[in-house]
Amino acid sequence: MPTVSVKRDLLFEALGQKYTDEEFDELCFEFGLELDEITSEKEILIREQGDEKAEGASDVVLYKIDVPANRYDLLCLEGLVRGLQVFKEKLEAPRYKRVSPADGGEPQRLVITEETASVRPHAVAAVLRNITFTQERYESFIELQEKLHQNICRKRTLVAIGTHDLDTISGPFTYTAKPPGEIRFKPLNQSKEYTATELMSLYKTDSHLRHYLHIIENEPLYPIIYDSNGIVLSMPPIINGDHSKISLNTKNIFIECTATDLTKAKTTLDMVVTMFSEYCEEPFTVEGAEVVYPDGRLCVYPELAYRTETLSGDFINKRVGINESAESIAQLLTRMCLRSEVSGEGDLIQVEIPPTRADVIHACDIMEDAAIAYGFNNIVRSTPRTYTIANQLPLNKLTELLRQDLAAAGFTEALTFALCSEEDIADKLRKNIAETRAVHISNPKTTEFQVARTCLLPGLLKTLAANRKMPLPLKLFEISDVVLKDETKDVGARNNRRLCAVYYNKSPGFEVIHGLLDRVMQLLDVKPGRNQGYHIQAAEDSTFFPGRCAEIFSCGKSIGHLGVLHPDVISRFELTMPCSAIDIDIEPFL
Amino acid sequence: MHPMADNGLLESVLRLVEKVDGGTDSQDVAADLGVDHQVIVGAVKSLQALGEVISAEQKSSKHWELTGEGREIAEQGSHEARVFNAIPDEGLPQNQLMKMPSGKVGFSKAMSNKWIRLDKAHEGGPRVFKTVEAIEDTVRDKLQLVQKGQSAKLEDKEKNELKKRKLLSEVTVKSYWITKGSSFSTTITKQETELTPEMIASGSWKEKKFKPYNFEAMGVAPDCGHLHPLMKVRTQFRQIFLEMGFTEMPTNNFIESSFWNFDSLFQPQQHPARDQHDTFFISDPALAHEFPQDYLERVKKVHSEGGYGSQGKSDTHTHTHTHTLTLTHTLTHTLTASFTAKFTPVKYFSIDRVFRNETLDATHLAEFHQIEGVVADYGLTLGNLMGILHQFFTKLGITKLRFKPAYNPYTEPSMEVFSYHEGLKKWVEVGNSGVFRPEMLLPMGLPEGVSVIAWGLSLERYVDTHI
Repeated sequence: MPTVSVKRDLLFEALGQKYTDEEFDELCFEFGLELDEITSEKEILIREQGDEKAEGASDVVLYKIDVPANRYDLLCLEGLVRGLQVFKEKLEAPRYKRVSPADGGEPQRLVITEETASVRPHAVAAVLRNITFTQERYESFIELQEKLHQNICRKRTLVAIGTHDLDTISGPFTYTAKPPGEIRFKPLNQSKEYTATELMSLYKTDSHLRHYLHIIENEPLYPIIYDSNGIVLSMPPIINGDHSKISLNTKNIFIECTATDLTKAKTTLDMVVTMFSEYCEEPFTVEGAEVVYPDGRLCVYPELAYRTETLSGDFINKRVGINESAESIAQLLTRMCLRSEVSGEGDLIQVEIPPTRADVIHACDIMEDAAIAYGFNNIVRSTPRTYTIANQLPLNKLTELLRQDLAAAGFTEALTFALCSEEDIADKLRKNIAETRAVHISNPKTTEFQVARTCLLPGLLKTLAANRKMPLPLKLFEISDVVLKDETKDVGARNNRRLCAVYYNKSPGFEVIHGLLDRVMQLLDVKPGRNQGYHIQAAEDSTFFPGRCAEIFSCGKSIGHLGVLHPDVISRFELTMPCSAIDIDIEPFL
Repeated sequence: MHPMADNGLLESVLRLVEKVDGGTDSQDVAADLGVDHQVIVGAVKSLQALGEVISAEQKSSKHWELTGEGREIAEQGSHEARVFNAIPDEGLPQNQLMKMPSGKVGFSKAMSNKWIRLDKAHEGGPRVFKTVEAIEDTVRDKLQLVQKGQSAKLEDKEKNELKKRKLLSEVTVKSYWITKGSSFSTTITKQETELTPEMIASGSWKEKKFKPYNFEAMGVAPDCGHLHPLMKVRTQFRQIFLEMGFTEMPTNNFIESSFWNFDSLFQPQQHPARDQHDTFFISDPALAHEFPQDYLERVKKVHSEGGYGSQGKSDTHTHTHTHTLTLTHTLTHTLTASFTAKFTPVKYFSIDRVFRNETLDATHLAEFHQIEGVVADYGLTLGNLMGILHQFFTKLGITKLRFKPAYNPYTEPSMEVFSYHEGLKKWVEVGNSGVFRPEMLLPMGLPEGVSVIAWGLSLERYVDTHI
């Protein structure tokens, strides 16, 4: 969930009202935002770098506000204020308009060459005319681009935004791709020119830019945008040129978005221009720019498309569980920046989706907005009349019953991780990993999670090791799932519910573990006996001490082992006392 | 521990207590019996252990005691008296007098008392002579009074003077005020510790006295096993769902294909949750097979082009048959399986492990337990979701709920559930919920008009709070 940081006083000034922290928190809650933290630059610095570094830092109060991940229109102060003001009916949602250049001038043009196809094939562009920046507006403009880059642009992989002082460059602009050795320019905030190859190594150590290098690093051609005089505007998605950089005094801004995903590029461009056209001489107007494709097609951007959906008041009422007139629902939707009116036909409502609300893709999204405006907490809570008979999963029912009885038999339940290291299920148990039928994880963050466990024993032995200081004997059990490869399953693996118990004391206590087996079988109503009953029979298993291991059979089928653990197993789990264990599959008893 | 006093001493103490009305001080008892006070303290404790024979209240008192030097003076006289007594009528050379143990102090004190004089001009060196016939050694007399326990006869000023000379010190003594108990007797009978089969057989228990139990002590821990606290909470949640008519879903499939885990949940293929960082991917076995082909096609279409009333998300949809390790949405599996024939309303729940690729620390686990509830029926409303959540949380003892609009890729509307925490005095998030998107339901073959409402919460956050 993205977090937007805004200055409190600036926010209240824009909202035309002062709130207490609690009041503003309430407003956020109602609207679906979260006032996550109240802080200041100084506090942040103190927390992150210590008192000394924070000396002299600003103590202007900052609100950190969590914004839903699909609401790109709330990622800056301008958008937040607009959304809240419309919600509180203090402002009518503005109508965003694309206009042609004043005085019949030619629109700006961006020509895409075919070389871009292999690396970053899409581009869109627009112009903001006669904008007035203040320090705060300028900072917000930069910050919004960063937020968009992190969210909808997926860390610049899908879309990268470049903004330029139009008065320092001259169109038409060319978006092409070239070998890195042939690209040479002075990048933003550097004092000399570099080739693209040099830049890639320069930014290897840049804490911010190094995260984007991988996007084009191994491509033979790098994307690059020139003006008609060969001046570099930007090398997307890495860096802009220094020449066209914007400043507080910039009046006219050329915005380009290059992309691997055209829809996201259009949305991103719409967001930037709808948010900041507010500060243009003619607010909420955006000058269109032409984009020419390698095949000669010509498109004008930004699209700023409005779309109309028609739905009935009844649909909203039935889905939300309220009973409002179509007029009142239209009014609710209008408060969510979805300008709506009753069409006159029955209870049908015409809902206009503005370019800022790319998140609205289905009638259910409109229904949600009606519910938010109505107030989630004003909706009457009613229990559904759905009548059903409950059923337990038989495997879980059996597990619940056995757990109770194992605890009553004096064993304590452990809860251990289902993931572990290869070593835990192989070397430490004196087994070969290839024979374990283990499912392997390809991308574990730590070696503790290399495989899914194939037996419960390692978890219990680790639990014993962590509780070595407790009075002896230690008696533990766990009934849970292990995972085994199984080619007959669609995913190639299946869970298996197992029961494992250990007895750890100065003497091995085979008879204790054997007694537990007898008790479990009594509970499962299986009598001792060779054919229809259960019995144990001497077996060799490398995890157990030779001659001290038996295989357990129930109704003629092998279900597991019990025995005294091999001394090497005991020491590999950092234990010092003899230990006996039982491990059985309980699925045959369903 | 105090040494156990013998019965003879105990009975002597009891006889003394019998003689006085209103009780006596253990120090007086010690003085009367001529034994050390600590011995009497031991005796008092032994008598207390016998039950209500005596009652003893601890008290502390201050009293004056001689120091080592004080005791020496009480015995041999003050330094100045000793000096005086050592001088014969013909006097004593000063250097010889100074060699005496009390010489130095005694000389100056005797001088200031004007008991002696020094003739410096005496032939053969300075010589000391008595100036009076006899003296009264008041220092010794006072110390002897204190020694006899009669310090009250001295004035405070006098005691302080002696204290300054390090002959007296004031000490605090802890003693007992002993009075007769409810079953006071001057004879000691031996007490039995426990009732025995023999006593029951012979009836001798009727005559015996039994040592009282110490009810302050802890009992012996029972010899039993325990269930894991988190699993006990799991049992409680299962019980709640069963009471509410929810059927348990089979979640025993930790390994799930990306298709069921993400695609069927209308999770965009570029969604951050699919990043390598959050999900465990499986290298062996690497690929899944046997997908329901027509369902797969429908899902693919709704992602890329839209449909079922949706604009789609314009995803470039390349289906990867990779595996992931999650179970969050066995749900889609179960729902799809249930509705292939004819739709009937259902209520399902699951409580099982989910996995997240994290490094472990105090606040992050790679595995935790997810609780999920879901209802599918015709015409379910957002108000119904709130209603059933209210019922569910009420069974947990949580009655103050409110809902905040939120975002999930697979539900719309989505609501975070908050409850008022009386301890923290604020609203805290307790779960997430929503109505499943039609784009997710319709490809599964659910009829139009069926809504699916669902909620989820983490089991781990309820440990210690409800059981």
